[in-house]
Amino acid sequence: MIGGLFIYNHKGEVLISRVYRDDIGRNAVDAFRVNVIHARQQVRSPVTNIARTSFFHVKRSNIWLAAVTKQNVNAAMVFEFLYKMCDVMTAYFGKISEENIKNNFVLIYELLDEILDFGYPQNSETGALKTFITQQGIKSQTKEEQSQITSQVTGQIGWRREGIKYRRNELFLDVLESVNLLMSPQGQVLSAHVSGRVVMKSYLSGMPECKFGMNDKIVIDKQGKGGTTDDAGKSELGGSSGKQSIAIDDCTFHQCVRLSKFDSERSISFIPPDGEYELMRYRTTKDIILPFRVIPLVREVGRTKLEVKVVIKSNFKPSLLAQKIEVRIPTPLNTSGVQVICMKGKAKYKASENAIVWKIKRMAGMKESQISAEIELLPTNDKKKWARPPISMNFEVPFAPSGLKVRYLKVFEPKLNYSDHDVIKWVRYIGRSGIYETRC
Amino acid sequence: MPAVSKGDGMRGLAVFISDIRNCKSKEAEIKRINKELANIRSKFKGDKALDGYSKKKYVCKLLFIFLLGHDIDFGHMEAVNLLSSNKYTEKQIGYLFISVLVNSNSDLIRLINNAIKNDLSSRNPTYMNLALHCIANVGSREMAEAFASEVPRILVAGDTMDSVKQSAALCLLRLNRTSPDLVPMGEWTSRVVHLLNDQHLGVVTAATSLISTLAQKNPDDFKTSVSLAVARLSRIVTSASTDLQDYTYYFVAAPWLSVKLLRLLQCYPPPEDGAIRGRLTECLETILNKAQEPPKSKKVQHSNAKNAVLFEAISLIIHHDSEPTLLVRACNQLGQFLQHRETNLRYLALESMCTLASSEFSHEAVKTHIETVINSLKTERDVSVRQRAVDLLYAMCDRSNAKQIVTEMLSYLETADYSIREEIVLKVAILAEKYAVDYTWYVDTILNLIRIAGDYVSEEVWYRVIQIVINRDDVQGYAAKTVFEALQAPACHENLVKVGGYILGEFGNLIAGDPRSSPLVQFHLLHSKFHLCSVPTRALLLSAYVKFINLFPEVKGTIQEVLRSDSQLRNADVELQQRAVEYLRLSCIATTDILATVLEEMPPFPERESSILAKLKKKKGSGTVSDIEDSRKERNVNANANVNGSSDHTITNTSAKPPPSFACDLLATAPPPTNRPRPIPSSSMLHTPLTPLSPKAYTPQPVRPTVPFYQVTSSPSSDLLGLGNSSAVNSASPPTSSHAASLLVDVFSESLPVAALGSASAHVIEENFSRFVCKNNGVLFESQLLQIGLKSEFRQNLGRMYIFYGNKTSTQFLNFSSSVVCPEPLSSHILYNIFLHSRLNIHMKAADPVLDGGAQLQQILNIECISDFVEAPVLNIQFRYGGSTQNISVRLPVTLNKFFQPTEMTSQDFFQRWKQLSAPQQEVQKIFKAKHSMDTEITKAKIIGFGTALLDGVDPNPSNFVGAGVIHTKTIQVGCLLRLEPNTQAQMYRLTLRTSRESVTQRLSDLLSDQF
Repeated sequence: MIGGLFIYNHKGEVLISRVYRDDIGRNAVDAFRVNVIHARQQVRSPVTNIARTSFFHVKRSNIWLAAVTKQNVNAAMVFEFLYKMCDVMTAYFGKISEENIKNNFVLIYELLDEILDFGYPQNSETGALKTFITQQGIKSQTKEEQSQITSQVTGQIGWRREGIKYRRNELFLDVLESVNLLMSPQGQVLSAHVSGRVVMKSYLSGMPECKFGMNDKIVIDKQGKGGTTDDAGKSELGGSSGKQSIAIDDCTFHQCVRLSKFDSERSISFIPPDGEYELMRYRTTKDIILPFRVIPLVREVGRTKLEVKVVIKSNFKPSLLAQKIEVRIPTPLNTSGVQVICMKGKAKYKASENAIVWKIKRMAGMKESQISAEIELLPTNDKKKWARPPISMNFEVPFAPSGLKVRYLKVFEPKLNYSDHDVIKWVRYIGRSGIYETRC
Repeated sequence: MPAVSKGDGMRGLAVFISDIRNCKSKEAEIKRINKELANIRSKFKGDKALDGYSKKKYVCKLLFIFLLGHDIDFGHMEAVNLLSSNKYTEKQIGYLFISVLVNSNSDLIRLINNAIKNDLSSRNPTYMNLALHCIANVGSREMAEAFASEVPRILVAGDTMDSVKQSAALCLLRLNRTSPDLVPMGEWTSRVVHLLNDQHLGVVTAATSLISTLAQKNPDDFKTSVSLAVARLSRIVTSASTDLQDYTYYFVAAPWLSVKLLRLLQCYPPPEDGAIRGRLTECLETILNKAQEPPKSKKVQHSNAKNAVLFEAISLIIHHDSEPTLLVRACNQLGQFLQHRETNLRYLALESMCTLASSEFSHEAVKTHIETVINSLKTERDVSVRQRAVDLLYAMCDRSNAKQIVTEMLSYLETADYSIREEIVLKVAILAEKYAVDYTWYVDTILNLIRIAGDYVSEEVWYRVIQIVINRDDVQGYAAKTVFEALQAPACHENLVKVGGYILGEFGNLIAGDPRSSPLVQFHLLHSKFHLCSVPTRALLLSAYVKFINLFPEVKGTIQEVLRSDSQLRNADVELQQRAVEYLRLSCIATTDILATVLEEMPPFPERESSILAKLKKKKGSGTVSDIEDSRKERNVNANANVNGSSDHTITNTSAKPPPSFACDLLATAPPPTNRPRPIPSSSMLHTPLTPLSPKAYTPQPVRPTVPFYQVTSSPSSDLLGLGNSSAVNSASPPTSSHAASLLVDVFSESLPVAALGSASAHVIEENFSRFVCKNNGVLFESQLLQIGLKSEFRQNLGRMYIFYGNKTSTQFLNFSSSVVCPEPLSSHILYNIFLHSRLNIHMKAADPVLDGGAQLQQILNIECISDFVEAPVLNIQFRYGGSTQNISVRLPVTLNKFFQPTEMTSQDFFQRWKQLSAPQQEVQKIFKAKHSMDTEITKAKIIGFGTALLDGVDPNPSNFVGAGVIHTKTIQVGCLLRLEPNTQAQMYRLTLRTSRESVTQRLSDLLSDQF
């Protein structure tokens, strides 16, 4: 179990230190600073063992979060907790920065008291926490409220309290995907996968029961065989074109989802928490729509010159617009001067990053654009050749590269008198680049 | 050194550095550096030439970036350009960059060397200094190649400035250290010595360092430096502190120079010239006197400098070891330091005293401080100081104070640091043994030791106790009683159980008379510990039980019951199971007589170097202990004289004389663990079934039954020969061999010839030759420099010989070479020698030319016997040690009898052949006086070792020996029959040999008659 939790700034100064167990001493704080934060070589492993003590750390911008334990704990659990902790903090005070942490340190200690008990993770659902840990000073609660909190915290549905009322029942559903690619210079896909999340924001009254459907291959095939089609759901939200179903490699769900039902019927039904939460995470590796194709052309002219030409092609419906496109072309370490010409967007040689950065604000589908650069090199006496790191790319597209489509999201609230049709539902797809690289 | 002046200050560099320092994160720093690198690259790339200032600035920035830990792969050319600048600052930065960043880059090195050459030949001293510093800093082979002849020239040139001379001396020192082979010794060496007389003390200091290093390699070339050094030292010591101005450090005159001079003097023995010697003694006395004066300053630097000189002086006194008064004074001075406030001083005092204790002049003086040392052992807070105190106690121990010191060490052991416990245990064990007046005290001490620090008592320690108890009748009863009492403790250490099991198994009968320790009580006591022990101990206990069966028939039933129980007979451990089964059967089947023979009391162990001492030495490396032992050698020689003497039981000294240990010896230094603690007299008929676990044990038997018996290894050389494993054979030695072996010690432990120290000995050394006639392994030759060990095997007409050269010194032997030649034909043997080449084919692989200090080298000789021969080949060895070439010639023990193949035959066959060989030239008869004791077993062993089969029941007179064998050569085979008739009254032997060839008969009889 977790013995303690420390938060450091980038210099290694301790901002928050909370020790849960006696086996963690004060010196553990310094051990992590000395061996990880100030280590001579950058520490890549998220788990570090120092003197029979394990340190699990995550880094958010300049802030280090480290969980410490002397026992043999489930590392995945610890990291899950750390991520959750980050989410909770973000939900309470926004970006995790040194200043925000300093301003909210009372709150953070309060949260740490609540979500970790003697090193065992407790309910870390933001919605639930917000009912009794507030940022508005101390407000005395009535007996009813107190008993309500108690029953909620100890009850079966820890993530939603009773008696929520909205005038307008609304539901927002975001499918966020990040697409990762490694492509050979010849255009052969070496590896590609999409990791996606379904994030929901629900403002629903009472204790509604929801059912979520998507074009999961297993479900579609089963339905095709059984002959029972759920046309109602499909016509409501369903996708218009493209392939019918996708194969999901693996997925994880929010605790509210009934796993037994998913196991038996592969249907996703749940009582949603109030407010924003992540319903599921998934990963696909088959039939990925690659939004951009990068075609590099590198020519070495003697020992002192390099000519680079890069073409990008957008590969989606012309009606859609990709945004925030950025292409990063690495330059050799002995670059002494660069001239760039590009047709679209802006390109600049950034010496501090050893790369040419080409930015395009918007680009429609089925278009292509090109950049060419001349790189002057300083002859060095070093024999080793330039390693030619891959060209990387960033972008944002308004569709899901995995091909995932939301088929339906049904809401049932038997106690209150609103039906599925009364709920206003919004769906949005965003595809972003993860590590999207092409070798040159 | 002109600092970067304001007008010359590099603003860009300062800004860059402050930018880097202000970076918030590592990433930001890397970005800033990348930006700067791109900037410098574009600047260097630019077509217009940069001026010296900006070049210097950018090179500085690159240097800074490099020092931050980033790779720099350009800018070298610009740095080299800076070297040819005329401005000091630019040149300096250029040299700095080169010294830090240069790698063996061929094209640049030439340019750099060129620039350095230019600077060296310029008359500007600062430029010369920069160049010399660069050479020294880089110190690579290329540099050494280019400048090794140039630097000495500058050093001794008359018109060189002092500061340049200083740098040149240090530069040369560095080159000499990195590539000594490239620095030529020449006529400059004599002029370097005269630098000790230089006016400038800086030059003298630098030169002294250089000379000390050179003198260590070639002491002879720099002999003249001694008188100069003494003169210089005396001038410094007697000068008033103000005389030396700059070189006076906190009122101490030139402390560094003094220390270096004293070190230099330590390279040489005391000067022979009386005047110089007197002057040196005077100096040392003055230094000792100064230590007594009240300090001139309270500053710590003052006392540090003063003490540094003093300690160096004391180590010189110890090194010379010739002036008793000085030694005693040094000792007294150190005695004062023992109670000093400063921990460092106490440490140093203890350390120096350790070496003082080994000098015969000051040993007594050191002993007077025993109380202080013991006190510091108890009260000292620093563990390293306590460790020194233990060392010193060990070093100062002798018979008079042994009891006190051992008691103190034992009491300290209870609280001692874990890290040094094992060492203390070893030391206590050694001291207790070495200075034991009565062995009851020794036994008590060791048992105490096991009680206090059982975990740290290594195997060797308890082996040694058992060895001693077994070898000494007078303590056996006492030991049994004490062990019995010690075992009564509810919790006792496993080592104690081992000792207890062994001793009670052997000598339990000595205390069985007392009803309190009746056999049954003894057995139950041992058996109560049985289940708490590890497997090896249990195995030992089982052996002890079976010995009980022999000692006390009345407990036979009880023990058989125990052996029969499932936990023994079906033990998961195969060794225990085997023992249980075999012992049980043995006790059921065998008659009491057989039991009594099989389970006889262990014969005494042969005396030899204490295995504990070997262990301590190993632990310490070639550290202080062996030094002390070596230097005490002289004093111990008398004690060593009677190795087998009973009263004076001194640990024999390795280097003086290696007493052999025998393969049959159960407690040999490195036998395999399982067979070791088996208290059964080795008996081949019984032992063969007992040791199926170690197949090695009886493999040699079918070929030559007594081979193991002759695998004699003297214990120090067992390491050398790497025969550790071969002692596994020990358990298979024939029934009587163990007894015989201990007698054989006398034969083989005659002191080895002490060869003249290294000096080229042209004559062929043959002393050990005759010893190898009957055995194949052992030490052939030993001097203070070199030990030659042999291990050989022969089959039919072929033989292979492994020669092991052990370097006993700590320095390398260079140009090591060896060759095998036939000696000059002696007048009487002309005939044979002419044919020797064709009679004996020897192939040798060339040996490695370098033999490191303390290392050993193996060389393999393949021998083929073509025809019979007389003269043995000679091994010539040549190597360089120190400055001189050493030649050693040793006769290799390749004798005709090595190619014997034993033949077994019946009495009838024997006499039939005997008669066939009746021609007068075929028989040789010799009557000679016995040179050694006429022991039957030894004689038998020798005949078997000679190579023939020993035929029993052939000769009607059982006291006569009869042997038969065939000598195999490539061309012929010669059958050989021999008969040896001892006459015990007259101490005479008659040897009759009959072979089919006259020359063979003669040679064999010569060889064999020498052995008895």
